[in-house]
Amino acid sequence: MAPKVALFITCLVDLFRPKIGFAAIKLLEDAGCEISVPVAQTCCGQPAYNSGDRADTEAIAKQVIKTFEDHDYVVAPSGSCAAMIKIHYPELFKDDADWQRRAVALSKKTFELTSFLTDVLEVEQIDTHLEQKVTYHDSCAGLRELGIAGQPRKLLASVDGLVMEEMKDSDVCCGFGGTFCVKYSDISNAIVSKKADTINTSGADLLLAGDLGCLMNMAGKLKRQGSKTKVRHVAEVLAGMSDGPAIAEAKK
Amino acid sequence: MTSRDAILGRINTTLNRASEKSARQQAVKARLSKHPKGTIPARARLDKKAQLKLFCDQAEKVQTSIRRVKSYNGVPKAIADYLRDHNLPAGFCMGEDERLQNLPWEKARALEIKTGPSDGEDAVGVSHAFGGIAETGTLLLVSGKDNPTTINFLPETHVVVVRSRDIDGDYESLWSRLRKEYGTGKLPRTVNWITGPSRSGDIQQTILLGAHGPRSLHVIVVDA
Amino acid sequence: MTNIITTRDFKSNAKEALANKTLQKALTHVEAGFIGKRRLAMEALPEFDQLRDNARDIKNHTLANLDAYLEEYEEKVVASGGKVHWAADGEEACNQILDICRNVGARTVTKGKSMIAEEIGINDFLEKNDIEPVETDLGEYIIQLRGETPSHIIAPAVHVLKEQVEEDFRRVHDHLPVSRNLEEPESLLDEARKVLRAKFLNADVGITGANFLIAETGTSVIVTNEGNGDLTQIVPKVHIVLASIEKVTPTLDDVSQILRVLARSATGQEISVYTTFSTGPKRQGDVDGPEEYHVIILDNGRSNMIGSEFQDMLRCIRCGSCMNHCPVYHAVGGHAYGWVYPGPMGAVLTPSLMGVKDGGQLPNASTFCGRCEAVCPMRIPLPKMMRHWREREFEKHLNPASQRWGLNFWAFFAKRPRLYHLATSLGIPLLSLFGRRKGYFKYLPLASGWTKYRDLPAPETRTFQQQWAQREALKQGGAK
Repeated sequence: MAPKVALFITCLVDLFRPKIGFAAIKLLEDAGCEISVPVAQTCCGQPAYNSGDRADTEAIAKQVIKTFEDHDYVVAPSGSCAAMIKIHYPELFKDDADWQRRAVALSKKTFELTSFLTDVLEVEQIDTHLEQKVTYHDSCAGLRELGIAGQPRKLLASVDGLVMEEMKDSDVCCGFGGTFCVKYSDISNAIVSKKADTINTSGADLLLAGDLGCLMNMAGKLKRQGSKTKVRHVAEVLAGMSDGPAIAEAKK
Repeated sequence: MTSRDAILGRINTTLNRASEKSARQQAVKARLSKHPKGTIPARARLDKKAQLKLFCDQAEKVQTSIRRVKSYNGVPKAIADYLRDHNLPAGFCMGEDERLQNLPWEKARALEIKTGPSDGEDAVGVSHAFGGIAETGTLLLVSGKDNPTTINFLPETHVVVVRSRDIDGDYESLWSRLRKEYGTGKLPRTVNWITGPSRSGDIQQTILLGAHGPRSLHVIVVDA
Repeated sequence: MTNIITTRDFKSNAKEALANKTLQKALTHVEAGFIGKRRLAMEALPEFDQLRDNARDIKNHTLANLDAYLEEYEEKVVASGGKVHWAADGEEACNQILDICRNVGARTVTKGKSMIAEEIGINDFLEKNDIEPVETDLGEYIIQLRGETPSHIIAPAVHVLKEQVEEDFRRVHDHLPVSRNLEEPESLLDEARKVLRAKFLNADVGITGANFLIAETGTSVIVTNEGNGDLTQIVPKVHIVLASIEKVTPTLDDVSQILRVLARSATGQEISVYTTFSTGPKRQGDVDGPEEYHVIILDNGRSNMIGSEFQDMLRCIRCGSCMNHCPVYHAVGGHAYGWVYPGPMGAVLTPSLMGVKDGGQLPNASTFCGRCEAVCPMRIPLPKMMRHWREREFEKHLNPASQRWGLNFWAFFAKRPRLYHLATSLGIPLLSLFGRRKGYFKYLPLASGWTKYRDLPAPETRTFQQQWAQREALKQGGAK
């Protein structure tokens, strides 16, 4: 029977780049999943959580738990939102046994997209084509909270024509950090400038990552610098949806 | 109330929420008397011969120079050779350690030996180590009139004699030996682990040898 | 040297630091000098992660029995002929040190590197009381000459370039010939060695910190590469150890476990050059060593961390790995943090010691990238604790009103999905329309924090939810 997967679309994908959502759905459907997208979702609560607003975080987390707990799996095209649900929700309800139980149950079936494809569905390769030199940035939460590093690279390696040009320090933060990038814009700028340098020296034409927040930050910096490097979510490439404007690009 | 009572009282009050003081005291006594070993790296768990080789390799990696001699009788010549090869004065200071004092110094070229601690005027100091640790190529020296600690730090060149049988794989083995020698819960005034000559990276993170302690560390391993 | 606390000015400090070209050049040495070496050392020891677990467990066990361990430790120090002084705060510790110095008529005090000495401001205090404190760690010596505070907990002068050291040496060592060559680090080190050698030999009292206090034997441990700490404690008549309560560790074996992760995490060495275990004063028959051995055990707010959500921070062994791997530290250096402890460990410890009102900026200045926690040898959950500080700050309404207002506005919608989708389905297509021509915004009202330095990608078209609803509706229609 087809696994029933609820897509946690993430607020940034919902608002800024729906294409990533459709790419994720294509990948999941190709792998034999039955997809639903619950309407009652907004955000995972990270902005409140990382600002110290515990009450709003808990309210949002309860809403997410209620909305998603009846599905077989929850998949998000974002390491940081998936980690919020998977790692941080259970911690939020340490002192509330009932909600803790529900949070842990949800945690167990929540995955980041590339990790779900490889670790759970055991997808070995992707049947698509892209003749480009790409470089991959490891977004922090996905990398360090969920251990996502090999999965997207494995899938990308199976893309026909694609050449991976690893950048130096791909595991170093891009300086996004959610509200950090506006609260400490000077520091964030210093960090993303360094990141843009390593992207540019990698020699890749296309920058990929698994988190739209980081991608918007890096794309915005590269665009401001006049760099020719294009930026996309890794799901777009895997789903064969690398046509159309890249992030921060005009429609042709 | 003294600060001692205030500090300990505050900690005590908090910890009492989770456990009783008497239980804590028992837990502490138990750990101190059992002193469990923890994890000993596999690289240190070797036979004696392999330990000795590892000790030498590891020491050389951190710029310690090594000379092996067959017996104590070979030590004076080894030291004299080292001093000559490095254009050092033919003299040094050392402590009262009988293993050093009773050596056939007269067999080597004329060496001027001063017995006692270093006052900072000695170019070379000679010590006998309590033991060696193969894991990291570390020497263990203990203070006392036999091997005054100042000799380990003030001279620009430090020559250390160590018996091969005193070289163990790991730090923990030497703690066991020290406990046997000095009694449980006791240590000599100073125990020095020395791993290579003095160095500093404080100027632009460039590592340079000879910061405040010896610029050179030469080890003579006696097969004994 | 004056210790002005500027933790509240983190933002402006950071801005200045980013504009300081000399500093920026010096900061490249942090990444180059530490990260690769740590990785190699870690990879050369397969048991590294197991040792990290052991180290964490040893400290957790110690903290859970801290009162009993401190009492055991004190008993052992006294038994070996040493003296223990308990200091509730920095002022008390300073006065205790001064009393010990005055008792022996001390004029000069040499000092090994100690972060707690910086915390209590002992140098200033001694100078005011006509005692000359001489820093002997090369990095500490350099910054003492410059009238600065350390910018890194293990590489205090990492913000200084060699040309600046040369200038300082020429200015201060004015008895030496002007014509001498000081271009290379080697010549600078040689000169410092000579100048400081005289200080070592003439000092009346030596003050060191302690990496560990061992309860089993009443021993203090210092870890150095230069040997300065040893000369500080072996030559003068009096040795004072300055240590905080959480330094106590059960046994020699326990300390050995932690030492295996300390140097590897700090400098990437397998072990530091000198690890020195000191127990009491000179013994009968000894021909060198101090006649008096004192330990100052400092609290200064730490006992309040026991039992709190910040207790894990007391496991910290001051290796500096967290700052060596921190993108924010790499960008602004240590001085921007405004007090003694910079980087991620400072962002957690500073508000613990001085309160969230003064230290609250620091835990906010993190992207939560998690690299600090990933490399911490003691497995301290640094991001989690920074978040706890943000929670304290939020509860106390200490963060700026504009931030709170923005957050409330957002949360109002985020908690109401229908309203949220209504608002975004109106706003996003409009924004997309405005941004369509270029695909991004160079400037957008209310988003200037973003657009100051980077362009803002424009939304593609309508929201995902709008498009999905349409697709589902079509599907349903088709099915009928």
